[in-house]
Amino acid sequence: MDVFSDSYNLDVYVTGFLWILKLTAAGTVGALVIGTLLAAMRVSPVPVLRAFGTAWVNIFRNTPLTLIIFFCYFGLYSTLGVTLSDDLELNNYWLGVVGLSVYTAAFVCEAIRSGINTVPAGQAEAARAIGMTFRQTLTMIVLPQAGRAVVAPLGSILIALCKNATIVGTIGLMESSNAMKDLINSNGDKVFTIFFIFAGTFAIVLIPTGYGFGWLANRLAVKR
Amino acid sequence: MSTDAVLYDHPGPRARARNRILTVVFGVVLLGLLYWIYRRFDEKGQWAGSLWKPFTQSSTWTDYILPGLQGTLQAAAIAMVLSLAFGILFAVGRLSDHWWLRIPAGIVVEFFRAVPLLLMMFFIFFGIPFVTEKPMSPLWAVVIALTLYNGSVLAEAFRAGVRSVPRGQSEAAYAIGMRKGQVMGQILIPQAARAMLPVIVSQLVVLVKDTALGYIISYSELLQLGVNNVAANFGNVIQAAMVAAVIYIAVNSTLTAVAGWLSKRTRRSGKAPRAPRPAGALVGTAEP
Repeated sequence: MDVFSDSYNLDVYVTGFLWILKLTAAGTVGALVIGTLLAAMRVSPVPVLRAFGTAWVNIFRNTPLTLIIFFCYFGLYSTLGVTLSDDLELNNYWLGVVGLSVYTAAFVCEAIRSGINTVPAGQAEAARAIGMTFRQTLTMIVLPQAGRAVVAPLGSILIALCKNATIVGTIGLMESSNAMKDLINSNGDKVFTIFFIFAGTFAIVLIPTGYGFGWLANRLAVKR
Repeated sequence: MSTDAVLYDHPGPRARARNRILTVVFGVVLLGLLYWIYRRFDEKGQWAGSLWKPFTQSSTWTDYILPGLQGTLQAAAIAMVLSLAFGILFAVGRLSDHWWLRIPAGIVVEFFRAVPLLLMMFFIFFGIPFVTEKPMSPLWAVVIALTLYNGSVLAEAFRAGVRSVPRGQSEAAYAIGMRKGQVMGQILIPQAARAMLPVIVSQLVVLVKDTALGYIISYSELLQLGVNNVAANFGNVIQAAMVAAVIYIAVNSTLTAVAGWLSKRTRRSGKAPRAPRPAGALVGTAEP
């Protein structure tokens, strides 16, 4: 434990996890917003919207996140000159958020769409029978029921997003995995302590979160 | 419920007109976006033939892209076999009647599922050599980390699958005198694997994509050779990334298509148990 009694090392550890927290927070908002819009597009009556949603999902779900984040930095920023902030570190952070959001949105979209599939056809048919429009059917009848069915898969997607946030380290952000690498390289005799502190932090936060989502999913499930 | 044509009525004249307007509006926005990208590329000279030309030369493919793809597929293939074995082993462990097997298996699975793959990879690649005093090969760092993570996720998938098999199946097997191991290996696991096939395959797609993390620890895979090294030689990072993305998408789509074909074949027998779906909730998803 004495590795972390050094104030510099402790600072590396805390900063690393703060970045993960910030990446997860902004990435979650981005992924949920884009993902829900994509899901709505994929079930809409307009063919162009459906095609756009399908293309997005097929492209981003099958491309490695490492490549997407690599592209955000070396493609968007270095080559095309897209700058999201004047501060170099914040710029990397926002590029990472963009990468995480567009990637995770594809998974959110698919989770919501399979949630829509759990809603019995009779619900939508009844809504249409009383004269509701597509938007009313979707927002008042189908999505509220689908939302309760997707708590568990969305939970595991968001937990995965938190773990994937470490990949933003590829473009030089000093997040937790880079922080661990640094500490290991300067304290070669305490490799296991360092690993178990870093891995343990993730485990202590994410395992209960996973069970929490499971409990919530059971509570909210529509009993049929 | 099939999503098409249930959420909305067959469009009448007004709805058709509205859909047409939406189509045009969204089409214009999309074209505008594409034009903006085109202009942006143009401004930075990204359409220059010299940046795309390397991909028409066979040496680019034989020196960079194909060896990279081979590295990716090699790591993915080894990790797939190992993580399927790991998954079955630990699923059976977690379902064991003995607490001294059940609890350690549970701890291992929960722990490796919660630790980010990159953290694991860094520990194996940079940390373990301090202990063993021998350098770690990048291939094995990638393979071991992928196996521990994806194997744990697969263990949970198999466990959910075994639970979805109707009780009558194992009761019948016990009734004809099968032992615990036989019931698990010959009755439950095969049916569980069939029921969870979609989840298993999407996890294998995740595994293929995650080999790209090997780039960070300098394992020679597609992102390292096909994007990083090509871009270093020809200065065409955008073009190289696009070509690599297309290759990844092709590999993963093939994997998904094979899985679709497989599940259609198994469904034809009409006996596959349904994936568990208690009370309208979705269970078992791949973890990206």
